[in-house]
Amino acid sequence: MSEAPLLEVTDLVKHFPIKSGILIDREVDQVRAVDGISFSIPRGQTLGLVGESGSGKSTACRAVLQLIKPTSGSVRFEGQEIAGLSRRQMRPLRRQMQMIFQDPYASLNPRKRVGQIVGDPLKRQKVASGSDLRKRVQELLERVGLASEHYNRFPHEFSGGQRQRIGIARALALQPKLVIADEPVSALDVSIQAQIINLLDDLQDEFGLTYLFVAHDIGVVRHISDRIAVMHNGKIVEHGTADQVCEHPADDYTKQLLAAVPIPDPRESRERRQGAGAAG
Amino acid sequence: MSPAPLLSVKDLRVGFATEGGLLQAVDGVSFELRPGEVLAIVGESGSGKSVTAQTIMGLTRSKNSRIEGSVRLSDQELIEAGDAELRRVRGDRIGMVFQDPMTSFNPVYRLSAQISEAIRTHRGDVSKGEARARAVELFDAVGIPDAERRVDDYPHEFSGGMRQRAMIAMALALDPLVLIADEPTTALDVTIQAQILRLLEDLNRKHDLATILITHDLGVVAEVADRVLVMYAGKVVEEGTLDEIFYDPQHPYTWGLLGSLTRLDRPRPKRLPQISGAPPSLLDLPDGCSFRPRCPHEFGRCTEVPALEARLADAPSHCDRCWLTSEQKREKRQVAGQIGLEAPA
Amino acid sequence: MLRFIVRRMVGMVLVLFVVSILVFLIFNVIPNSPPAQRLAGKNATPVLVKSIEEEWGFDDSLPQQYVTMMKKVFTGELISYSPRTSVESRIKEGIPATLSLSIGAGIIWLFFGLVLGYFSAIRAGGALDKFLTGLAIAGISIPVFLIAPVLIYFLTYKLEIFPNAGYVPISEDPWQWLTHLILPWFTVAILSIGFYSRVLRSNMLDVMNEDYVRTARAKGLSERKVMTRHVLRNSLIPIITLFGLDFGATVAGTAIITEVLFNIEGVGFYAAESIEKLELPPIMGVTLYGAFFVVFINALVDIAYAYLDPRVRLGTAAQ
Repeated sequence: MSEAPLLEVTDLVKHFPIKSGILIDREVDQVRAVDGISFSIPRGQTLGLVGESGSGKSTACRAVLQLIKPTSGSVRFEGQEIAGLSRRQMRPLRRQMQMIFQDPYASLNPRKRVGQIVGDPLKRQKVASGSDLRKRVQELLERVGLASEHYNRFPHEFSGGQRQRIGIARALALQPKLVIADEPVSALDVSIQAQIINLLDDLQDEFGLTYLFVAHDIGVVRHISDRIAVMHNGKIVEHGTADQVCEHPADDYTKQLLAAVPIPDPRESRERRQGAGAAG
Repeated sequence: MSPAPLLSVKDLRVGFATEGGLLQAVDGVSFELRPGEVLAIVGESGSGKSVTAQTIMGLTRSKNSRIEGSVRLSDQELIEAGDAELRRVRGDRIGMVFQDPMTSFNPVYRLSAQISEAIRTHRGDVSKGEARARAVELFDAVGIPDAERRVDDYPHEFSGGMRQRAMIAMALALDPLVLIADEPTTALDVTIQAQILRLLEDLNRKHDLATILITHDLGVVAEVADRVLVMYAGKVVEEGTLDEIFYDPQHPYTWGLLGSLTRLDRPRPKRLPQISGAPPSLLDLPDGCSFRPRCPHEFGRCTEVPALEARLADAPSHCDRCWLTSEQKREKRQVAGQIGLEAPA
Repeated sequence: MLRFIVRRMVGMVLVLFVVSILVFLIFNVIPNSPPAQRLAGKNATPVLVKSIEEEWGFDDSLPQQYVTMMKKVFTGELISYSPRTSVESRIKEGIPATLSLSIGAGIIWLFFGLVLGYFSAIRAGGALDKFLTGLAIAGISIPVFLIAPVLIYFLTYKLEIFPNAGYVPISEDPWQWLTHLILPWFTVAILSIGFYSRVLRSNMLDVMNEDYVRTARAKGLSERKVMTRHVLRNSLIPIITLFGLDFGATVAGTAIITEVLFNIEGVGFYAAESIEKLELPPIMGVTLYGAFFVVFINALVDIAYAYLDPRVRLGTAAQ
């Protein structure tokens, strides 16, 4: 309990100015994409950030990673303030925070071989080279459920689920402490989603990873998260343990979100609809 | 007696000539669809579910495709029909809704113009003004507020959910007999998904519309479907009523699909039951049952292709393709107290 | 719209200013005999040379000289060193010929480029497509200075189909105007026909894979309507931008070679003549005229673009 959280975000704000003017731009309004959010993630745990499109969850991720400059607020990583650090100051920290993206098709360079994609971060940070590099990459590929002979293949030769595994291997190459996963399974078939979620679970246990798991599907988020924060219009409207938020939601928006998730059980689904019909 | 089928598909086979040989995307699919019925076709990417739907509309016709079998709409054979005859069916008697409402409208035309184009293609005598008035009516029917004004908007001025409503409006413009919805909610947020599913259900009930819903998500199926077709590697592996598929699933692949869902209504399991591996390449299918390499319950007989047939005495319309006996199935599908597929060792 | 036009105007002025400074500086670092000497003629007295130097400000500092020149540009007093003719009137005299050449060539290349590109795209992979591809590549590869003499030699001297080079104003004799221009038009257009047909073909093949084209087919539209109303219409948007850039560049540049080769006394011809004599005032005048034209056409293109693509028009593309 006494140990400081790995990531601590306080009053994080990101506003995008709307500019107008005939000759000289004046700021006439702002889009409050992220409007003062606070959360912290203890080492080795997972925070699920749920929200629908336009809720600000992806902007929040990028502001946490300093990929965009936050308007105000504090982001502390291992106790160190990183909000406002320059690109150069961020560089040594980058390898400790990695990101997994939604679209496994768009986030892998189609002209590079899998070995290069996964090995590049190792090479750039001068962690490994030559045959040592190859060995480490092959180990990583095997660890995420691919085969070492996939080393020389190109991304288009893989299915969606396999591509997401490549993305995970790349993120893990530098042994990060924090992994931010932005909708990592929403582009995948349901059956493949389960594989990827289980893989992320296993990797967390094995490497003591800390996850910020961002998704619009509260069912998936509940499965993988210790705590859940629900985001709506740039604000966190509810925050609690996964079961607490899903079983006893306090906020109206959270209730709406939960009610909208399809229940894969025809009888319950019928009952729920009749109940809703009678109520409304 | 149930009413005569509106659409009946018999032994449909669709292959594409590729550099690697003939890719058999759909391999002997048969089903019937009655007025007012919602049929869900479920499967992973590459299972042939979308190709089946597009072939009914004739959208897969090309130099490289080989299409066999029969698709009858009332008494009209569509596979044999000429291009011009098929075009008269498309958009008029069969409407289609696609997955991504963001890219399925032409960005340079107003929505009213795109809907009017659909109407006037089939009804040459309808004036532009009348077509626009019909578009307003349709917008009202699918729940787009302020229809009179918004009908002249461009697609990008609509949110994703509203765009999908507009898409449905366009598909319904000429009161089709059949609506094909190909992953209509996959690109949408959950709250919007719930609204669109409700809308489809209402329309289906009000207009006695026969609907084919293509999806990879059994959660969506449970909300709207009457009958379910589970497809794997181009073949139907199980077919039955909604309750049969959910409460007495016969094929291990169906168990796997049901088990891998994250459920909010149950305590969460330590691990999600998953189907391991990936679907086979359609150019290099295993002998026998296509699901064999991913199936933990494989045994000697699986190298023969099992026929799709009713294997339960009390459910003549519940068919599957698996050699296990029904007693074995009922025992093996129980994983940690619920239906699922155990990971192979 | 007001905001857009005002910003465009400011941009135009800035571009023209930068262009004028560049031209001025380049011509001041090129080694050359003193301009006053040339203005005064062969047997000039030192007094005459001196007075010309003073009138033109050749002994002033460079910035001062620039200001003097720009004053002359804007008051229309700019004259060439020798013979001492008004630059403005020479440009005005040349404009009809240059525009006749450029506009005609532009229409030809747009028409043929689009027609060939369209048929190439809808028959992609077939024999017609392969033939048109070969033709386009040939058109792109042959340089103007080669094609013009070849055309003149065979079609004018050997077969005598077309009149000898030169330019006849349309007001004088429309038929002569036309026959004199056909060869120059095609000389300018041939490269662009090849290029535009390729660009349109590849745009159309991209658009054919768009979801909304599938939607159009699902509505029951005929293949021809799908191709024209949806595929072609959307493929034209990038072509408009390209056409604006190329047309501006033709008026301001490509026409120079063609005008010289066909002996058409347009603005390009005048530019070539002035460059040969290293005369700064007409070069400055012609360059500014060209730059103005390029910038002006680009502003028109942006407006056309906004008209063709509603996402740009409403400025909400980002969402």
